[in-house]
Amino acid sequence: MASVSLESETFKKFADVAGRDNDVNYLNHDHSITSWLFTLDHKRIGLLYLVTITLMFLLGGALAGAIRLELLTPKGDFLTADTYNKAFTAHGIIMLFFFLIPSIPAVLGNFLVPLMIGAKDVAFPRLNLFSYYLYFAGSVIALTALLLGGVDTGWTFYTPFSSTYSNSYVIVMAVGLFVVGFSSILTGLNFIITVHRMRCPGLTWFRLPLFIWGIYATSVVQLLGTPVIAVTLGLLGVERTLGVGIFDPRLGGDPILFQHLFWFYSHPAVYIMILPSLGVASEVIATFSRKNVFGYHIIAFSSIAIAVFGFIVWAHHMFTTGMSPYAAMVFSLLTFSVAIPSGIKVFSWLATMYGGSISFDTPMIYIFGFLGLFTIGGMTGLFLSTLGTDIHLHDTYFIVAHFHYIMVGGAVLGYMAGLHYWWPKITGRLYSEFWGKLSAGITFIGFNFTFFPQFILGYLGMPRRYYEYPDEFQVLNVFSSAGATILAIGYLMPLVYMPYSFFFGEKANSNPYGGSTLEWTNTTSPPSPHNFEKTPVVTEEPYHYHGKEAAVVSH
Amino acid sequence: MATTEHSTHQPAPLSLYLATFGMLMFLTILTIFAGFQNFGMWSTPIALGIAGVKAALVVVIFMHGYSSSPLTWVIILASMFFMTIMLGLMLSDYMSRGWAM
Repeated sequence: MASVSLESETFKKFADVAGRDNDVNYLNHDHSITSWLFTLDHKRIGLLYLVTITLMFLLGGALAGAIRLELLTPKGDFLTADTYNKAFTAHGIIMLFFFLIPSIPAVLGNFLVPLMIGAKDVAFPRLNLFSYYLYFAGSVIALTALLLGGVDTGWTFYTPFSSTYSNSYVIVMAVGLFVVGFSSILTGLNFIITVHRMRCPGLTWFRLPLFIWGIYATSVVQLLGTPVIAVTLGLLGVERTLGVGIFDPRLGGDPILFQHLFWFYSHPAVYIMILPSLGVASEVIATFSRKNVFGYHIIAFSSIAIAVFGFIVWAHHMFTTGMSPYAAMVFSLLTFSVAIPSGIKVFSWLATMYGGSISFDTPMIYIFGFLGLFTIGGMTGLFLSTLGTDIHLHDTYFIVAHFHYIMVGGAVLGYMAGLHYWWPKITGRLYSEFWGKLSAGITFIGFNFTFFPQFILGYLGMPRRYYEYPDEFQVLNVFSSAGATILAIGYLMPLVYMPYSFFFGEKANSNPYGGSTLEWTNTTSPPSPHNFEKTPVVTEEPYHYHGKEAAVVSH
Repeated sequence: MATTEHSTHQPAPLSLYLATFGMLMFLTILTIFAGFQNFGMWSTPIALGIAGVKAALVVVIFMHGYSSSPLTWVIILASMFFMTIMLGLMLSDYMSRGWAM
């Protein structure tokens, strides 16, 4: 296909700079714009996702800034009540559906799954590109809903407000989420089949890197859970437009049914966000501790266990809705079970580090932050799965703090760790370790300043989703807003030094951190268009550092 | 395994698809008819039963379940298992809720 018609100087320069030290790699083998927009290369599709989700992250972050600015004072003096509702709704929808869910699976998963299993591409490259364009179309539709005037239901779309009373653009937003949901389903389907059918010779299931186990478990959740939210949003649209009674009690429906269906997907969606991060943590900790992963099998199975348990705990979001107290007791007990595989992972990582030759490079600093914040997020989840304390804490800032410790402390820091860890592989360049470590530290400090006060605010009874609050809550809210400023700096720094490194950074060798998995040992940095010169043959476990601890790798 | 799967897959005659389509239409009409009858507590089980038969026809005939590999059936049964979890745990709420309050 002649695809050089749209070749531009900018793209040519971009590709030339990226690959100036390698003969041919996936960045420089074709310079045209069409070669990017119609690429079937999983690595380029991963980069398309990277650019798009970063833009969505900036938008979601700006909305968070507006929320924190409003909450700086007890009175509503920056946003109106209605605008505030729309701001936190848009923040939640963008960050969850358009940044967190596609972050690690679509960016790092796309780039790394074939490389880590010794394949030339994913099982269905065209479907992979189609998934990206579904994501893009869903994003455009959702942004259209925001530009038209936004949605004020909260990201949870609870009925009957969303189906009957809200005067905002619920249907348009639901269509956007419906479309982006299919992107998620198809990506999950692609990865499951890729892992099943395209592993290179010798790569048995228990020789798979733990990142692949994490992505595989995530894909199962995406495949089984996402259709439910698609159908649920469809039912919401049917009730809102045609007046068919499904969730509205006046029409014979049940609003709690919406919550059951919504959370059947949206609780496992938390694991779509966090499971890949757990996979990144296993990779980074093994590499930077120069140790074989402690309890490889149990970590692999705990990923599957989290995916399965994630499907049987959803109603812990609904303890105060009027659902049956007997069913609530069952869900409370089941929710505690999720702590077991999560705890197994954390203890296994600690045991992996114990006695290791730990190096404090940027990815590891991010993972240290991840470990602490994810643990706090998980432990506070146990407070909320306890029926009695949940009655007090439900819909307060305690909840907001808890899920941000999981989703930012866990998922985002894991994503940042992974992005830094594999950046030399993706770009062939090394970023500045100084700026990397500084951004990791600032992010950690800013995050805790932002969200720890919210635990106290919630415990003291400040409800979420209000734009005004009593005066006595102001000090902690000022802490939180100040922390958000620090956090924003931590987030923005990588947006400067990482692109800078792409153009001007020191050249990375094929394995700058001494990783032991296939993407490090068998490909160049950046990889060639078809990944491997010849199909690798795997003869040993993924982490084989015994006797190599002393071999400090310089980069 | 792929060879085995292909070798067991026989293209179904067009008449089978047409007959299945006819059966689905008949069951749809039956659903509507049943919806206007008062079966008391059996209304929902009857409606779900008809829907289950329709879904089975689609999976077995239209989605070629009848000639698929055992692995495909594992996927089909696993999906049904997850749906059972969803409906079962949801019903644990509805069947034990204090409706009289």
